[in-house]
Amino acid sequence: MDSATPLGSTVALPAEWRDFFALTKPRVMTLVIFSGLCGLLAAPGEIHPIIAFTAILCIAVGAGGAAALNMWWEADLDAGMKRTSKRPLPSGRMDPTSARDFGFALSGASVVIMGLGVNWLAAAILAFSIFYYAWIYTVWLKPRTPQNIVIGGGAGAFPPLIGWVAVTGNITLMPVLLFLIIFMWTPPHFWALALFVQIDYAKVGIPMMPVVAGEKSTRRQILIYALLLLPVTLAPWWIGGTGWVYGVSALVLGLIFVALSIKVGLRESGPDDNMKPEKRLFAYSVLYLFVLFGMLAGDRLATVQGWQ
Amino acid sequence: MMNDPKQHTHLGKEETALYRARQRSRNKALGIVLGSLAVLFFAISIVKIAAQVSH
Repeated sequence: MDSATPLGSTVALPAEWRDFFALTKPRVMTLVIFSGLCGLLAAPGEIHPIIAFTAILCIAVGAGGAAALNMWWEADLDAGMKRTSKRPLPSGRMDPTSARDFGFALSGASVVIMGLGVNWLAAAILAFSIFYYAWIYTVWLKPRTPQNIVIGGGAGAFPPLIGWVAVTGNITLMPVLLFLIIFMWTPPHFWALALFVQIDYAKVGIPMMPVVAGEKSTRRQILIYALLLLPVTLAPWWIGGTGWVYGVSALVLGLIFVALSIKVGLRESGPDDNMKPEKRLFAYSVLYLFVLFGMLAGDRLATVQGWQ
Repeated sequence: MMNDPKQHTHLGKEETALYRARQRSRNKALGIVLGSLAVLFFAISIVKIAAQVSH
């Protein structure tokens, strides 16, 4: 394997394992693992702990492979943004071929192991999720439309669906609702971030909503998605897929989400604005998803124990 | 293809040592991954065989 880090005048230093690990976007992976695990724990039915571990491992490795392919494709863009310029490829610690091969190897291995060890429906959805993120989102839509985040949200929405299917082996309305929750959550989550890092995106020509449609329109759309998210998160309770433990949690968490989104949605930033409401919404949105999905798994536990 | 530092006589002692250390670190990481996979495949096989037997 080659590396971009020069040693002497002709020999390149091999990339460190830590750089390969960084390609998998470990911070994003924690959310992927968590939501996948919650989908798996919330699903009706039984799964052997070893098979459950394999399913979560494959979801994580698949997400890591897709992230590596994303970083390989976007190395030039990453180099132009402060937030991403220290990643292994733009900083020159790794050569593009290594990143690409690593991404394909992780993606392929995760799908095959999922198919052989868990079930082939889960493997097929995992394969599609990798393709969705690495090609449909990264290559095709991200550079072309300001709706890129809405579509990209689909990629992050697959883990709980895959976790659920790993247990049941089939798709019902409940896992589709879990998919929709993350799908609807992503735009307000990411646009809140994009509002305070928009200069970076403008610099590299990515058509992020605040850059293309303007700040005012982005703020309105954040509010609209937050309002739509609330009934979507309550739907699992409404259709009887969960009990009150999840339902009440979703209601309280959702109302806070809406309240924070109203602050962001109805204001305009001034010169030298510290963007505190946007930063608060972004931070809360991460906590929101962790707690919401945690409550989903907790609700299942409460049902199994006969507490509700 | 990985460059071999032996073929590049201009490399100093420290640079060669750094190169080798990086290679060792990567090999160790790869070894751990492959070993863990072998254990995982064994465990999956036992679970699947046990499930077949119980049916």
